[in-house]
Amino acid sequence: MRRAIAPLFALVILVLPFTGLLSDYWVALFDYIGIASLVAIGLVLLTGVGGMTSFGQAAFVGFGAYATAVVTIDTGLSPWLSLPVSVAVTGIAALLIGAITVRLSGHYLPLGTIAWGISFYYLFGNISWLGAHDGMSGIPPLHIGSHALIAPEEFFVVVWVVVVIAVVATQNLLRGRMGRAVRALRQGVHAAEAFGVYTPSTKLKVFVYAAMLAGVAGWLYAHFQRSVSPGPFGIIPGTEYLLMAVLGGAGRVYGAILGATAIIVLRDQLQSVLPLIVGSAGNYEIIVFGAILVLILRLASDGIWPILFGPQAAPRIVTPPPDAAPPPRPRPAADAVLVEADAVRKEFGGLVAVNDVSFAVPAGRIVGLIGPNGAGKSTTFNLVTGVLPLTAGRISFEGRPLSHHRPQQMAALGLGRTFQHAEIVPDMSVIENVALGAHLRGHAGMMQAMAGLDRVEEMVLLDIARQQLARVGLSDVATVPAGSLALGQLRLVEVARALALDPILVLLDEPAAGLRVGEKKALARLLRELRAEGISILLVEHDMDFVMNLADHLVVLDFGTKIAEGGAGEVKNDPKVIEAYLGGVA
Amino acid sequence: MDSTIFLFLLQDGIINGAVYALAAIALVLIFAVTRVIFVPQGEFVAFTALTIAALENGKLPPTVWLLLALGVLAALSEIAQYRAEMTLKRLARIAAFDIVLPLVFIAIATVVAPMKLGEAVYILLAVVLVIPMGPMIYRIAFEPIAHSSVLVLLMVAFGVHFSLTGLGLVFFGPEGIGTAPLSSQSFSLGALVITGQSVAVVATTAIFLALFALFFGRSLLGKALRACSSNRIGARLVGIPTSIAGQVSFGIAAFMGAISGVLVGPLMTVYYDSGFLIGLKAFVAAILGGLLSYPLAVVASLAVGFAEALFSFWASAFKEVLVFALIVPVLLWRSFTSPEGHD
Repeated sequence: MRRAIAPLFALVILVLPFTGLLSDYWVALFDYIGIASLVAIGLVLLTGVGGMTSFGQAAFVGFGAYATAVVTIDTGLSPWLSLPVSVAVTGIAALLIGAITVRLSGHYLPLGTIAWGISFYYLFGNISWLGAHDGMSGIPPLHIGSHALIAPEEFFVVVWVVVVIAVVATQNLLRGRMGRAVRALRQGVHAAEAFGVYTPSTKLKVFVYAAMLAGVAGWLYAHFQRSVSPGPFGIIPGTEYLLMAVLGGAGRVYGAILGATAIIVLRDQLQSVLPLIVGSAGNYEIIVFGAILVLILRLASDGIWPILFGPQAAPRIVTPPPDAAPPPRPRPAADAVLVEADAVRKEFGGLVAVNDVSFAVPAGRIVGLIGPNGAGKSTTFNLVTGVLPLTAGRISFEGRPLSHHRPQQMAALGLGRTFQHAEIVPDMSVIENVALGAHLRGHAGMMQAMAGLDRVEEMVLLDIARQQLARVGLSDVATVPAGSLALGQLRLVEVARALALDPILVLLDEPAAGLRVGEKKALARLLRELRAEGISILLVEHDMDFVMNLADHLVVLDFGTKIAEGGAGEVKNDPKVIEAYLGGVA
Repeated sequence: MDSTIFLFLLQDGIINGAVYALAAIALVLIFAVTRVIFVPQGEFVAFTALTIAALENGKLPPTVWLLLALGVLAALSEIAQYRAEMTLKRLARIAAFDIVLPLVFIAIATVVAPMKLGEAVYILLAVVLVIPMGPMIYRIAFEPIAHSSVLVLLMVAFGVHFSLTGLGLVFFGPEGIGTAPLSSQSFSLGALVITGQSVAVVATTAIFLALFALFFGRSLLGKALRACSSNRIGARLVGIPTSIAGQVSFGIAAFMGAISGVLVGPLMTVYYDSGFLIGLKAFVAAILGGLLSYPLAVVASLAVGFAEALFSFWASAFKEVLVFALIVPVLLWRSFTSPEGHD
């Protein structure tokens, strides 16, 4: 059934416009819908999936359109040859604009896109060699041989073939490891970075891809319209594109086409119907348009597509070919010191959060980091994982000193971690969340993913995720959205994700919090198993029973200073530890 | 550039900046209390100027019909949202504020307009007509989704902007209009000619900024709004209704917008959609102030006004390009210096 959809769709594209079922008017309307769909698909990826809201995509349509206009009008170059020019110009512009934009945080990002969106509109309108506000006309049509593709139904085929390619490429991209990385970034950068994703460069790639789709849309627009002027590239069209993506459904590629269709048909109908009702010409459609925008966001802020077709399905898990799995990471020698913290220090302004603390995590051991609230445990944790930079001191990993280490480097070295507050992607399935942990065990880039060349690797990554889920006992919830799990289960998902990295050291931040007794026992059993396999574990924990029974070695912190260290028995009877936990003895 | 030109540009910049300052303050206020980035703030400015222009011509300002339309919408919206808990008292309040009040204004304006009572009356009437639009817009568009993310609220703000511009065209028509200057006097200071209008603009802005500071520093309502903006949940816990706070802040914003409208009417030709650019430049200034600080927003407004004057002298065609491009490095700087700007 699913396999039949694509050829059927192809047939519709090739035949429908010539059947006479649609009038020329509607065919032309669908040409514009296809062009807008391209921009909206880019926005689905950028905004719906990646969480970067852009009001400025229309500017990139402008780059694509003006680029081809300039090249083809002045030089007589074939429009087919100017497509790479349009894409390149848009891509370079996006690279420069994006390099700044993706570094904006929170709501500064959409505001930034509004700012440059408006700037480019005025720029297009004031450059004399772009025809200023009048724009440029006389753009040659697309040709096949000597036949010009001017009729809307012929252009229809070109537009929708491009749309189909864009849909397939984008779907492929989203399915793969880069897609998961982008989806993870929307929730916050910590989890993605801890598993090797470089945030700014990943965001920039998505930004440039979305812009290039808009550039292709601009190229199509220029050769269909045969003239360009700044109007369609301003902030209002930019908002319309965003609305299409939001209306269709955040993060859904087909939703973008649905949204584009809805908006363009609606606007068109309003333009032709409203004057008949109201009786005079005016800008009535924009009033209704604004009102509908407000209503949609009031009633269905997740868009139409999920309402019609339900939530996104989890990927199917297929057993990969037998020898496709990546080789396991070599385990360190049994007596090696894995992590050594040497007088590490962290100051926040005048506050010394971690005061010259030293400890070591030997290979194949479980080390517990304990202490009362505010003792600096989490900060120490963040120093080891590279989330926070050190003020002073040194951390070495397998004997190599790490200076300015970043979470991504630590992941590459084989350090998997969990978070005190579960950092998962709620609208992504459990198994895909776990597969994010295996990010560094795959290598496919964006291009390979778009071309569908990462299939085998994807099977492998999902299979790794499946195995680790089985290991923590969550096989039966693999395909549900992670957001529907209970807190205790989420902690286990995080453990599975850390294991998917094939780590030699696992850092667990309060893994037992929120777990029931049975679950705690299962977790302790799992951690002992890991230790037996030669994996080291550093855990921060408040549950004393849990940690005392499990850890080979304990490090006790109080007010940022190490007050005791040793086996469970020694530490339990240390007067300084008792004082820290129970207060001074009177 | 010699000093005369510089001084001239400085004067020009200060006048523009003063107008932006009023709008920027309103934007910061609305954002602080409701988290709405209120794109259509400029619409209040344009509608006020156009209302005064209509009154100067002895015509009934179309603003009254716009007000009635918004009133009906606000009434419907509130009834739809609270239909389960609707009381007679509440219905009566809705009817009084949304239907009767606009009708009373229509009656007053119909009587007063042809009498041509003078500039002071026109200004008063225009301001009074525009103020209720603020709370009405809040109730129609923002109150039902008050808990949404900043992004959703921003998109809704764009929707409101689209609708208001469309309504502006329907009610006011496409013609641009200038209003009579507040003062036609002028005097020279060395080589520099200072118009009475520019003095009026700066003085009015200064007075209203002072009033604004006084309101927030001294009055109970002002303090309640500040409480809302610093901690919404905390404010609710101590009994400050956030809905009222939202309405009041939109009312104040509409009032500030109206004052700006009074000031810019004589300075430029105002069209139904002129508000957008004014609002956006105020918005640039508000962002420069981090959408947080009122004094910074005022200083930034003056800077934007001056930058605009400089740009129009050096590269007038690219004035808007440069003004809006100015914001990007500031946003970048803000992103790096402020704690994470997530919702």
